[in-house]
Amino acid sequence: MAKIFVDGKAYEVDESKNLLDACLSLGLDLPYFCWHPAMGSVGACRQCAVKQYKDEDDQHGMIVMACMTPAADGTRISIWDAEAVDFRATVIEWLMMNHPHDCPVCDEGGECHLQDMTVMTGHNYRRYRFNKRTHRNQYLGPFINHEMNRCIECYRCVRYYRELAGGRDFDVYAAHDLVYFGRHEDGVLESAFSGNLVEICPTGVFTDKTLKQHYTRKWDLETAPSICIHCGLGCNTIPGERYGMLRRIRNRYNRQVNGYFLCDRGRYGYEFVNSEYRIRYPFLKTDATTELQATTRAKALEHWADVEKTNIIGLGSPRASLEANFALRTLVGEDRFFAGISAKDARLVSTALEILKTGPARSPSLHDVELADAVFVLGEDLTNSSPMLGFALRQSVRRKPMEIAQKLKIWDWDDAAVREAIQQEKGPLFIATPADTKLDEIATGTYRGAPQDLARLGFAVAHALDANAPPVLDLSNQVRSLAEEIAKSLRDAEYPLVITGLSCRSEELLQAAANIAWALCELDKTAQLCFTSPECNSIGLGLIGTGNLQDALIALKESEPATLVILENDLYRRETGGFVDKLFNAAKHVVVLDYLENGTTQKADMVLPVATFAEGDGTLINNEGRAQRYFQVFVPAGEIRESWRWLRDMMFAEEHAEAKDWQNLDHVISALAEQLPVLSQVKEIAPSAEFRIIGQKIPRQPHRYSGRTAMQANIYVSEPKPPEDPDSALSFSMEGTSEIPPAALIPRFWQPGWNSVQSLNKFQSEVAGPLIGGDPGIRLIEPQKIAKANYFQEVPSRFQSKENKWEAFPLYHIFGSEELSVLSPGIAELTPTAYLAISSASFEALHLNENDKVAVIFDDQEIHLTLKSLPSLPEGVVGIFTGFPGIPYFDLPNWVTIRAISKSEGSE
Amino acid sequence: MEKPLTKNIKSDRQPLSLEEYESTGGYQAIVKALKELSPSEITDLVKKSNLKGRGGAGFPTGLKWSFVPMGEDAPRPKYIIANADEMEPGTFKDRLLLEGDPHLLVEAMIVSGYAIRADLGYIFLRWAYKDAEKCLRKAIQEAYQAGYLGKNILGSGYSFDLKLHTSAGRYMCGEETGLLNSLEGKRANPRSKPPYPQTSGLWGKPTIVNNVETLCNIPLIVNNGPEWFKGLSLTDDGGTKIYGASGKVKRPGLWELPMGTTLGEILEHAGGMQEGLKFRGALPGGASTDFLVQDHLDVKMDFTHVQESGSRLGTGTIIVLDDKTCPVAMVQNLEHFFAQESCGWCTPCREGLPWTAKLLEAIENGQGQPGDLELLAAHTNLLGPGHTFCALAPGAMEPLQSALKYFGDDFQRHIDEKRCPWR
Repeated sequence: MAKIFVDGKAYEVDESKNLLDACLSLGLDLPYFCWHPAMGSVGACRQCAVKQYKDEDDQHGMIVMACMTPAADGTRISIWDAEAVDFRATVIEWLMMNHPHDCPVCDEGGECHLQDMTVMTGHNYRRYRFNKRTHRNQYLGPFINHEMNRCIECYRCVRYYRELAGGRDFDVYAAHDLVYFGRHEDGVLESAFSGNLVEICPTGVFTDKTLKQHYTRKWDLETAPSICIHCGLGCNTIPGERYGMLRRIRNRYNRQVNGYFLCDRGRYGYEFVNSEYRIRYPFLKTDATTELQATTRAKALEHWADVEKTNIIGLGSPRASLEANFALRTLVGEDRFFAGISAKDARLVSTALEILKTGPARSPSLHDVELADAVFVLGEDLTNSSPMLGFALRQSVRRKPMEIAQKLKIWDWDDAAVREAIQQEKGPLFIATPADTKLDEIATGTYRGAPQDLARLGFAVAHALDANAPPVLDLSNQVRSLAEEIAKSLRDAEYPLVITGLSCRSEELLQAAANIAWALCELDKTAQLCFTSPECNSIGLGLIGTGNLQDALIALKESEPATLVILENDLYRRETGGFVDKLFNAAKHVVVLDYLENGTTQKADMVLPVATFAEGDGTLINNEGRAQRYFQVFVPAGEIRESWRWLRDMMFAEEHAEAKDWQNLDHVISALAEQLPVLSQVKEIAPSAEFRIIGQKIPRQPHRYSGRTAMQANIYVSEPKPPEDPDSALSFSMEGTSEIPPAALIPRFWQPGWNSVQSLNKFQSEVAGPLIGGDPGIRLIEPQKIAKANYFQEVPSRFQSKENKWEAFPLYHIFGSEELSVLSPGIAELTPTAYLAISSASFEALHLNENDKVAVIFDDQEIHLTLKSLPSLPEGVVGIFTGFPGIPYFDLPNWVTIRAISKSEGSE
Repeated sequence: MEKPLTKNIKSDRQPLSLEEYESTGGYQAIVKALKELSPSEITDLVKKSNLKGRGGAGFPTGLKWSFVPMGEDAPRPKYIIANADEMEPGTFKDRLLLEGDPHLLVEAMIVSGYAIRADLGYIFLRWAYKDAEKCLRKAIQEAYQAGYLGKNILGSGYSFDLKLHTSAGRYMCGEETGLLNSLEGKRANPRSKPPYPQTSGLWGKPTIVNNVETLCNIPLIVNNGPEWFKGLSLTDDGGTKIYGASGKVKRPGLWELPMGTTLGEILEHAGGMQEGLKFRGALPGGASTDFLVQDHLDVKMDFTHVQESGSRLGTGTIIVLDDKTCPVAMVQNLEHFFAQESCGWCTPCREGLPWTAKLLEAIENGQGQPGDLELLAAHTNLLGPGHTFCALAPGAMEPLQSALKYFGDDFQRHIDEKRCPWR
């Protein structure tokens, strides 16, 4: 710690910080633009100028930039020195020379850092009387709106896009007062993390184009803390609503999880909530011949009361909350509750959980991943399966090279100097995947192979680390030396990390990764083992622990006539059409609770409209094993309710004793914690519904929420009473506390004088540190200390290609493979057509050409796809884009045959 | 009077070939350095010689070199770079050396490179110096053929490669760290210091960047010793200096004279003012130095004395202002140049310079307003050292602040009369 003096007052600060960071961490207001807590200092904007004095006797002092000055012990500065105050106001005056002053029509207005800083410096009178420069704006794709005239040239965008996100198609052009930030020509931004430009930009150059379609000011948005549901990482978000429509998603800082950033799927996938395919009322099919028809809640529940209930089978879902799954489990009984996923997927999840629960390797948070100094990725195309994990790796590869800068006594925060010293050096990152991945560009080494060959490499690495781990026989010298190189990198690291996941649907990969991490633990390393998880609550469903769809079919058949209750789950994405049809045929009644029409709702004789993440509360468990609560953002129109509430009401009909006790979410959580000890801590992840701050709830609507008395004036003359929220300490109104709430309940970042997202500094215990009171979420899975690693022994044999057969495995695309986000127009626009990817050699073997249509056949399954080459694929292996709209479930990986259907135009 | 830097330069300024250069004793400094001296001994010689950087800043060269990490553990490769970007308005002294005696620079780089144990040298050449480019290419090629460059030079075990890089042509490329970024293929934005290039320079490795004229003194110091070098000067700053004069003087040009020759004497070498014109002032060392006026003709043109008189020696190439030229127009021209050459990185320079240029343009065109001079004066403080990221804007303010001081009445007349009195 260092003692510094600010305007004569002594403070204790962390000496490894710069003065700007230190002052903001102390809660002092100092304006800035180019500095960003996740990007460090570059000294470009000159906005954070303060007066620094040599010693106590120095009366003159000199202007320095706080962001570029270390908070060394004994430092004396003044924020309020007249020259410093004048200089800061002048910097704003300069920045405003060319700014269009179009706040009233600017989407950033009301949450603009430039507005805030202008007010903070006191500049208000314009003396510049000459013409402003003007720029041409660019089309940057469906997510980002570009308005370059507002630019104040802080260089944050280009630093973020190129240096943090690794994008290449965005840069700064020209010089002096004509510098231009954009692409070399109009076009869709290539980075999957482009949406963060919206929050990085301190003014309205880059704004959310999807928000623009249904624009609402920040002060008019009803918001609540939420969790992203578009992959298994559980990034924290802030959705905003007005007039019953979800308007946008913003990042919600959680240092342990997503920090300051989101991927574009997470930020722009929200529009499915507003989809025309939403189910807003209960639907009933009164007899087999009629169509589903809308009805009321009462009628639906009456219908349920009449349904034969002796044999109810419940199918849970990895995209539904713990509470919803638990409510279904309670309704149908523990032994009749099944995970609505295939046997293969269920086995993969339980293997992963078993490894994490019983082994010595710890599952890392995304923040931990950023700190890893040697990484081995097995089988995962992270940018497409778990994008923010890929983003974290882009930061982690800088850990090891940071030593170069530290040796030169360059501060970590001195970003330009650090990058200059490090140059292209990247920490060890090895990527072994079936095909090329985007992250290969930052990898130390890559390896391409069929999933079982990837697993063999993994087993070989483990063996190279610890001779007690099983050896891999008949390994080529090349692979063996690669394994040794990887082993050496991991062994030499302080925080080695192994990443794999369920994408390849290969249990062998999980086992190989476990062996590596455990071998590192045997060497007394703090080894971390990260499994990606396919969906937002795959781990939660796995922890509840139950059978799968195969088991459900057996149970159904045993207990005919049975009623099938399906929770938030399109079974046609989980199993083959033939299998799912068998399930439906075996059930007399089918009840589906879901929020969107899909193949499964078509088969139901009762459909109940349930809340999306934005319309209900619940708990999800991410890939790390971190349980996190999301809160209802708004009260939806129609009969939409949380799944657990429908299920509770259905329990009444069954005369369940619990039903009447479940008045709010806390009651469900209490019951869940009691009955499932593994989940007992779920109670503690957020304050209960009773929580108050000096008797007050936490308002979802901001203090400046406008038009409340007029919003429904066309329906009611008087202002209706705001809806009650029995489930949380948040209220659906403006009234409530203005204090900073506990971290799990922060509905938005906003503080006096800080209207933009930069107000986040005020919510952190220190800049870029944990939120005040600790980051939300509780880890439910911790590693076990064990005497000796219990290695997996079964090493797969080498992949052998077969004549006229191909091993097909799944491929993913960030836009397209996830069920819900693809329903958002922007994401749909960027979704490629699903195809069958084959190696160049296979083309020849098949006598086929690019773009030919083929049938891919396995047993009774057949899907039709266009053919495209993916040269990096190993011979004998093909990839099928999975999860895409219109592409049915296909049991992968498997040996398939390929038949030509039609030749593409232009081919022979 | 000794003219060691320019002694070889022919009257037709055709470059010396390798043989010609060798016949005048060329490349003997390499022989001496590699066979008789250790790198640290050379650095000590340079320190003792009191050679100060001729690019404008006047930083002691030997001291600069001494910050380069030496020994087995030092990061490699190390670089030495000749800053031949000579973009300072009014400055053309390095061009004379580059075109007239290219082998002197090549030799200088080898000796200097050896002093810091550099592996690779670059000559960073101004884009417009096409003749110099040809001369240097030929000289480098000849030096390679003669074994002065490349592996194991003269059997000494020291290896050194030298490359010529022609710049893209921005003023910022002449700034030491802007040059490094440019050489790396990046925008020629400056870098913050510390870290200094001596420890983290080109590609993040130890690097020395010296001006051409500075470097060309090194073989002379090695051959003749620091005492000889100091003796060349009239003052404490060692050596000779290539002074220049441009503007409406009778004989604009360059003269190698003892360091510390007075401003008046140099102007005498230039033949005095053209007929009918009177001397009003001069920028002593390029466009980014403060005006000196009649009272300063006795100022000794070295780093210390010019500083004392309120300006800087800069590059030592004088731009003369006469009484028939409008000082406002002159300063406007300069500020327009600086505004154009701002890299756009830091706010005060990017926005403040165009503002001053536009104010000056308005004043010159008779559209000045009350308060404009105060605004200009405020900018000379606001764009001062430490306020901006690099020295460009503070340098740009030097002619402006001194013009306001010495020619303030002329500025006021423009505003009062709503026209330029010189038009």
